[in-house]
Amino acid sequence: MIEVDLARSSVRTLNERLHHLTPRANELHWRVLNPAGAHNIAVGITQRVDVEIKGHVGYYCAGMNAAATVVVDGHAGTGLAENIMSGLVRVRGNASQSAAASGRGGFVVIEGSAGARCGISMKGVAIVVGGSVGHMSAFMGQAGTLIVCGEAGQDLGDSLYEAEIFVAGTVASLGADCIEKEMTQDAVEHVAALLDRAGITANANRFRHYGSARRLYNFHIDHASEY
Amino acid sequence: MCGIVGLFFKRGLAVPSLGRLLARMLSQMAERGPDSTGFALYGDAAPQGTFKATLHSPHAEYDWAAFEAELSATFPSAYPARYYGSQAIYTIGADRWQFFSWLTCHHPELVTFGFGERIEVFKDVGLPDAVAKRFGLEHRSGTHALGHTRMATESAVTTEHSHPFSTGLDLCLVHNGSLSNHNWVRQSLRREGIRFVTDNDTEVAAGYLTWRLGQGMSLKEALEAALAELDGFYTFAVGTKDGFAILRDPIACKPAVLAETDDWVAMATEYRAIATLPNASTAEIWEPRPATVYSWERH
Amino acid sequence: MMSASSLPQSATFSPETIAEIERAANEGLYKIRGFGTLRPLPSFDDLVLLGASISRYPLEGYREHCATDVTLGTRFAKKPIELNIPITIAGMSFGALGVNAKRALGRGASAVGTSTTTGDGGMSEEERSESKILVYQVLPSRYGFDPDHLRACEAIEIVVGQGAKPGGGGMLLGQKITERVAQMRTLPAGIDQRSACRHPDWTGPDDLAIKIQELRELTDWEKPVFIKIGSTRPHYDVQLAVKAGADVVVLDGMQGGTGATQEVFIEHAGIPTLPALRQAVEALQELGQHRKVQLIISGGIRSGADVAKALAMGADAVSIGTAALIALGCNGSVHIEDYYALGTKPGACHHCHTGRCPVGITTQDPVLESRLDVEEGARRIRNFLTVLTMEAQTLARACGKSHLHNLEPEDLAALSVEAAAMAGVPLAGTDWIPGKSRH
Repeated sequence: MIEVDLARSSVRTLNERLHHLTPRANELHWRVLNPAGAHNIAVGITQRVDVEIKGHVGYYCAGMNAAATVVVDGHAGTGLAENIMSGLVRVRGNASQSAAASGRGGFVVIEGSAGARCGISMKGVAIVVGGSVGHMSAFMGQAGTLIVCGEAGQDLGDSLYEAEIFVAGTVASLGADCIEKEMTQDAVEHVAALLDRAGITANANRFRHYGSARRLYNFHIDHASEY
Repeated sequence: MCGIVGLFFKRGLAVPSLGRLLARMLSQMAERGPDSTGFALYGDAAPQGTFKATLHSPHAEYDWAAFEAELSATFPSAYPARYYGSQAIYTIGADRWQFFSWLTCHHPELVTFGFGERIEVFKDVGLPDAVAKRFGLEHRSGTHALGHTRMATESAVTTEHSHPFSTGLDLCLVHNGSLSNHNWVRQSLRREGIRFVTDNDTEVAAGYLTWRLGQGMSLKEALEAALAELDGFYTFAVGTKDGFAILRDPIACKPAVLAETDDWVAMATEYRAIATLPNASTAEIWEPRPATVYSWERH
Repeated sequence: MMSASSLPQSATFSPETIAEIERAANEGLYKIRGFGTLRPLPSFDDLVLLGASISRYPLEGYREHCATDVTLGTRFAKKPIELNIPITIAGMSFGALGVNAKRALGRGASAVGTSTTTGDGGMSEEERSESKILVYQVLPSRYGFDPDHLRACEAIEIVVGQGAKPGGGGMLLGQKITERVAQMRTLPAGIDQRSACRHPDWTGPDDLAIKIQELRELTDWEKPVFIKIGSTRPHYDVQLAVKAGADVVVLDGMQGGTGATQEVFIEHAGIPTLPALRQAVEALQELGQHRKVQLIISGGIRSGADVAKALAMGADAVSIGTAALIALGCNGSVHIEDYYALGTKPGACHHCHTGRCPVGITTQDPVLESRLDVEEGARRIRNFLTVLTMEAQTLARACGKSHLHNLEPEDLAALSVEAAAMAGVPLAGTDWIPGKSRH
């Protein structure tokens, strides 16, 4: 276990160390103390290490993560795990705007609530939110799954491509081209499996399924009002 | 472009630690806004029949003594003036329009940063810790305060362009974002008699609220009207004599976090500023919804 | 009886305008096309260089060297990039362009020691293997965005906007979204791509500063970070880019091209390259950052004369997009029947958006693509870049310069009042710069 105290050391040094790991057993587990809302902590890891951050982080924590498991024991700022490629990023508190933005793979778990634009431009990541998500979540979501145990703010799934959204609570409003779809048995099992992986207890049957109506897939005058 | 913070104690007398707490919040926003720092405090009320004015001079070595001699010859004052380098607070027992006419006529070099029963406004070039020290923020008490750290866009980093902007009695506004129709709005407001010192978009928003409040709207109504008439991206934090309000535009891209306990409400661009407050860990934390006025008032 | 040639036509409702209104009424959708502005604009054509005279002596060609090198990214990057010539290939997506075009550009640019830039579809293996110096774009869409590509590139370019459509996002029509393009962009094949115009995880210079730091952190502060902006308010934008922490600013004027966008954008948004460049240089000078934060200008750069004039005005380098494609064969007089089939002809084609490029550049159709031979294309790019450089050197030597960077605004005169005002250069034969007080 390697402990790094950001009150005494810098994010730059921490990231540099995490980017240049040698495959030795004692470099697999990291604990970061006193993050104090700093930005860019644990950005761009490429190896299967565990990083636990004790406290609040700023923007882009675990940005572009690949393979690693990063846990934030606090709240996270804008862009948590943005463009995540693989691996797991978990926040025990809340995540601010644009969590998992353009994420291409991997798994993001937000035990609290997420702010606006959760999963914006998502491209394959799976996101599970224990609480609610803010407005414009999954905006232009191209691929992947967003599961929300609480409520969703307005304009959910605006301009959606093929990402799948499941919400258990109320949805304030649906965005352009986002419609409710059937909650099939396959969907229920998919949701249940992700909830289980996330370690979040919820009844998969209570979720409703939202996806693209696919009417904006080709420019056509009849949908001019959607623009 | 910047960081904004606000702290509002919901009840009771002036809180001695208000200044110290605000200074800590501002310190957390230094990275976002390294060029200037500003804050507005709502402290002790000026005695009946008087008002406070925060005046700003073009340089720190301004001869305030000479100015005060002239001022007291023309207007009686209830409390001694307080000086903070380039800024001074006067309590004036007179009709404020008379005072402002006199000031414009005799001392056009001085700018009024804020005026009212309780408000005091400080802003200056520099990082939050340095500016807070310059104005003795650590020792200030009050019931509520707003602050702002600025990343300047003009080549000259000027104090006049910093936030908060205060265009009305006890009113102040800090803003993170960028308005897109402020030029039209400024022209209309000028015709309504609102005066502007800069070409800054935030000053227009402050002027808009002053105008609406002057028409008899409540702060909530004025902010709701702003949604229809001010265009662009904004998170506004507004202070009035006994009130505090937050508003995000309908698209709401600029970040904002709110926190509330039994004692206080706080707002900041990043959670790290709120984390410095007592009992932050048990506060209710949420991000304000777009196009929704969140307001609190002391009674 | 009136002859047909003497019928008066309205300048306001010209034949082109009438045709466009008819099209709009028929189709109910805005006109989408590729290429850059078609209408005439004040440009570098309206500036001339003042060559040698009795007071200023020229350099001999060849023996008396005029150097052309430039280093980009000196401000913060551990590994700035060094180019042999101050002319780079601008960002154009794989998707808008076919893979042969990308390969030819990469090979040709590498042959003369300069860079190419990826585009809105991400980095293809072909471009990476052909381009010795590759600039990797970070766009609002983040199509195909991959940290491994960040690690593999030589420089990073955050795209805020481009000259053809400042404030608009990417566009690629369904006919060009083949399986491969779709797979790279994580989109269903054959749909019309809608793209975001803002980045998903930052808005505004305060957040941009943090985003730049994130990209630096990922690449251990090695690679230069460019910020690309379309020219609208260049004075503010350049200063904000500097404040946000850019190493290099790329400014794309109104004439800049695109693979596809709404025509109203191309023709009616943004300011021309000429005034944008002057404002950008002034903005850098005000901050004391001219030459410290390098400036690359693009948007209608066509010849070595344009290169010399842009450098004289204070740019550190120029970038070419449309001109490079024309060097590859765009609008060439071959396969003429295919131009006609598109409703156009060689010299007038701006139909990149259709995916039916007659010369195989802006297409994903393998049959059309095969018309562009990579080795031949690379040779043409190499030749064109060489000519641009030689032309610029010729003019610079005539002005007495041993390095292209020593060209200065005082080496220029303007031929029109507009150009004088926009470029901040006196009207030839006078000392008058409209809009500038003499005192």
